[in-house]
Amino acid sequence: MPKVEFWQGNTAVVMGAIAAGCRFFGGYPITPSSEIAEIMAAELPKVGGKFIQMEDEIASIASVIGASIAGLKAMTATSGPGFSLKQENIGFAYMTEVPVVVINVMRGGPSTGLPTKVSQQDVMQARWGTHGDHETIALAPASVQECYELTIEAFNLSERFRQPVILLSDEVVGHMREKIVIPEKGSYHIVDRKRPKEDPEKFVPYKPDPEDDIPPMASFGDGYRWHVTGLTHNQWGFPTNDPDIAEEKILRLMRKVRRFKGEIVKYDTYEVEDAEILVVAYGSVSRTALSAVREARSRGMRVGFFRPITLWPFPDDELRGLLGGVKSVLVPELNCGQMILEVERVVGGKARVFGKGLVNGELFRPSEIFDFIKEVA
Amino acid sequence: MSDQRYEIRIAGSGGQGVILAAVIVGEALALYEEGLNVVQTQAYGPEARGGASKAEVIVSRGKIDYPKATNPNLQVILTQKACDEYVHDASPNSVVIVDDFFVTEPPKINANIYSLPIVRTAREEIGREIVTNMVALGTIASILESWDLAKPESIRKAILDRVPKGTEELNSKAFELGYKLIKEKL
Repeated sequence: MPKVEFWQGNTAVVMGAIAAGCRFFGGYPITPSSEIAEIMAAELPKVGGKFIQMEDEIASIASVIGASIAGLKAMTATSGPGFSLKQENIGFAYMTEVPVVVINVMRGGPSTGLPTKVSQQDVMQARWGTHGDHETIALAPASVQECYELTIEAFNLSERFRQPVILLSDEVVGHMREKIVIPEKGSYHIVDRKRPKEDPEKFVPYKPDPEDDIPPMASFGDGYRWHVTGLTHNQWGFPTNDPDIAEEKILRLMRKVRRFKGEIVKYDTYEVEDAEILVVAYGSVSRTALSAVREARSRGMRVGFFRPITLWPFPDDELRGLLGGVKSVLVPELNCGQMILEVERVVGGKARVFGKGLVNGELFRPSEIFDFIKEVA
Repeated sequence: MSDQRYEIRIAGSGGQGVILAAVIVGEALALYEEGLNVVQTQAYGPEARGGASKAEVIVSRGKIDYPKATNPNLQVILTQKACDEYVHDASPNSVVIVDDFFVTEPPKINANIYSLPIVRTAREEIGREIVTNMVALGTIASILESWDLAKPESIRKAILDRVPKGTEELNSKAFELGYKLIKEKL
């Protein structure tokens, strides 16, 4: 019988990470993510893993990158202010192609903002927080069950694509306790990074596998030579200004994710078949939205629900395919309008798009979203 | 039982253990009762002590979408500040239990209001104000039993899972006193 627990979202993140094979956590506690560090400190040693509380957020992500280069699945957890500090090294991980998982339990910002209150103000920061071109993979859980499952997925994607993957949780989902059914070992897929098969003398560290554009990754200490730099580099990992090599490096970083977008994107729908109004919501807000959509349906209104689970890449083709009879698209979110920009891009003027923002630290109540639906009906 | 949604709220001041009390109710319902969906949330400020704080438990045999209370069926309120801030969205005919020491002005709302010596029981009968939340849990157990939602035994078990070793008797005694506080009034 699968085990049932009553866990906090943050606990489920930790247990999901360990199930995925995470064996290193470097972090600096910050509300509302602190439980992740606290529980990691208790749980990782039980499975032979290492926990380090670093001196700050920058050192935390640096330690995670180092642990990953040494061969361990590694992660850190933070909230807005710490996510800001980590951005430079997140960029380093994109450029050097080091798998790392970063959990951001969103709280109100900017700056130290509202430490104990929910927000979704970091959606665009997850996408563009670090400078330079890169493809972001960011997942937004809406339940404790998903905190577990999407953390496993974050590790799998990170290992597969050799890049940072972000879990964009929020204060409500992170602190909420809920029933969770722990999947039995073997019932979920675990991905480990590809290792080089050739002899160390013949190893070319950034030579991509033509199958997927992703180079196999050696661990430091295994005898494979590998130069790691944030400067644009050639196949041996050494800096170069060669225009062709520089261009191919960046194009490949983009391509390795874009090629497989169809396999990465995740989303959820409810009653979309005949919908004239579509509510698009993610994370904790999606739970309020679903409640309001059910209420609208019970009154005979043709309202559907679309929830991006991967915020990045945004499930654009999937949303576009549902727009047939849709006249209005509503985007309630706990910011002043971030995901709505993607929705507007996808809708492309074929329906009206309305946003509703909330930045007072509270979660939308079902009546607020129901009233929003009534306004446009 | 239908898919009826029950909303329970425990509110007070940071440090009174309202979040722990709600976690225990949640664990009792989720792990020791059959077929219930349960979600527990909380709201508190940045301070470790003081400030109004609330914790909520939503229970249903059906799916729970919105995880917070909108019109609670049961509230246990331990301070005047929390009472002023939170009590007003009570569902009509719901149960509101207020502490008779700290809540000096019981709310004037359409609800079944019980003013009970929760803090005084902890302080005077047990001699430890720290078990206030366990007395509160006892009152909640009585109500949930009267609604056929949970056995008091489930909450007793969940308390023993949570409290530090060596304090089981203290906490259990506080729970039993709380259970009796309202039992005789129902």
